[in-house]
Amino acid sequence: MTAGLLFASVGVILFALGVAGVLLLEHLLRRILAFNIMGSGTFLVLVGLAQRNGIADPVPQAMVLTGIVVAVAATALALALARRLYVLTGKLELSQDDEA
Amino acid sequence: MMVWLILLPLLWASLAFMLGPSRGVWPAIAGLVAQLWLAFALAAEIVGSGAAMHAVGGWGAPLGIDLVADGLSAAMLLLTQCIALPLAVYAHAYFKRDDPARNYFWPLVGFLLAGLNALFLSADLFNIYVTLELLGLAAVGLVAAGGGAQQIAAALRYLFATLVGSGAYLLGVALIYGTYGTVSTVTLVSLIGADAPDLVWIAGGLMVLGLMLKTALFPFHFWLPPAHGGAPAPVSALLSAVVVKASFYLILRLWVGPFSSLTVVASLVVWFPALLGTLAVFWGSYQAIRAERLKMLIAYSTVAQLGYLFLIFPLLASAGALQAGIMQVFAHGLAKAAMFAAAGTLIKATGQEMVAGLAGVAERLPVTLFAFGLAGITLMGLPPSAGFLAKWQLIELALSQQQWVIAFVVLVGGLLAAVYVFSVLRQAFLLAPADSVVTPVSRTLEWTAFVLAAASVLLGLRGVELMQLVGVT
Repeated sequence: MTAGLLFASVGVILFALGVAGVLLLEHLLRRILAFNIMGSGTFLVLVGLAQRNGIADPVPQAMVLTGIVVAVAATALALALARRLYVLTGKLELSQDDEA
Repeated sequence: MMVWLILLPLLWASLAFMLGPSRGVWPAIAGLVAQLWLAFALAAEIVGSGAAMHAVGGWGAPLGIDLVADGLSAAMLLLTQCIALPLAVYAHAYFKRDDPARNYFWPLVGFLLAGLNALFLSADLFNIYVTLELLGLAAVGLVAAGGGAQQIAAALRYLFATLVGSGAYLLGVALIYGTYGTVSTVTLVSLIGADAPDLVWIAGGLMVLGLMLKTALFPFHFWLPPAHGGAPAPVSALLSAVVVKASFYLILRLWVGPFSSLTVVASLVVWFPALLGTLAVFWGSYQAIRAERLKMLIAYSTVAQLGYLFLIFPLLASAGALQAGIMQVFAHGLAKAAMFAAAGTLIKATGQEMVAGLAGVAERLPVTLFAFGLAGITLMGLPPSAGFLAKWQLIELALSQQQWVIAFVVLVGGLLAAVYVFSVLRQAFLLAPADSVVTPVSRTLEWTAFVLAAASVLLGLRGVELMQLVGVT
């Protein structure tokens, strides 16, 4: 197994862990962290798969940089919303009833 | 021309942001008028001379990013600007001076529209991911703008759904790049053949599933009713009418573009979206019939109407299915924008959120109720509305290919839509209780909803031009 394939496999595992976290966890901070793990997994796949003959491809690296910017913005928005929800309700989880 | 459709909303959104909270209405409306003109000009150009292409900054694919406008994207651009302009006028009259939702409404709408327009024009899978996120974050901001605990919770639920959706999409893009070394949709069409490796199948599955989550197709619809039902009326209208259609457009684009050779090989795969669409039509209509709050009823009706869009996938092999799908996108977009706008006016005037609280509005707010009824005609699919045209085509195609099930679903769905539309109308025509108060509302609110509803009905008479535009490649 080449290093690139190893990176990609770890990335897929991280992605799966992250998705499970976002969907199954209750606590909002944990869910936000899980989203970040999911994103990092994707970035590993992007960089890992695109290595050819041991030479890194610069295009996916530029994509990952853009992806990190997007992930930071999304995390900031999620944190701001979670904080606001905590101020309003005193809870850091979403209530179960769907008719919110 | 294409570049300005993306730059203009970015410009007026930034301007509105710098002017400070709750300002920026006039730059926004001026910008939207210009965008509408640009969208019409682009559509006219495309009908005349075929698909147009623009390499951003003079750098073409594979290194740079290409913008491509064909008939499908020009039609979606046209729909977006046609809905956004009346809704902007509506929103200006809707928000009270001290409404917190008004503070950042204009910048967020601008960024939302820039994301939408860029999405429709992109021909690069990664660039599409960026526009998806821009769109998603702006939409979440708009849902949360009211600032109430319920709205924040709905926004968070929406945010997690949209992030998982675009995460799955991005993983798909990563696998595609790893296999072929390019993300240009134009190049990929010729690269992906029927003998593509399993990795490409997984990538396609991930991308389509992620986008289905963002389109709120049953059973991924759980985030839509609280988000669309809880947001302020102009926001609900914009989200239900165009934002969910953007990810549907992408599924369609991938399905008939890069993944076309895969979907031809696996003939059973085409039934998967159609099955979910069928369930969406029934489940969404059932929930809409049961809903007690007016805006929840309309939000569940969106879940049902989105289901029709996915019924076209088994029929895509024959000419006209794409046109039927886009006609349904137009019909539902215009009608749902009108319906949410009318509902916002009704709720504002009566102070009641429940369907049961609407008694007597037929007398007091006839224009608004007429708009609601006209939009209902389109959702039910009665002639001469655009909804009728879309459903007629869908049934005709289904029958010519002996897919009786699809024709049956379309017909039953129309009947179910009639049930929930008439449950609202019936309540509105009851006599008002003696103690009910109806506050007068601005005429702008009443007439913008009416214009949108009338457009959704009258489009049925001009359907040929639209279908001609969609056919341009």
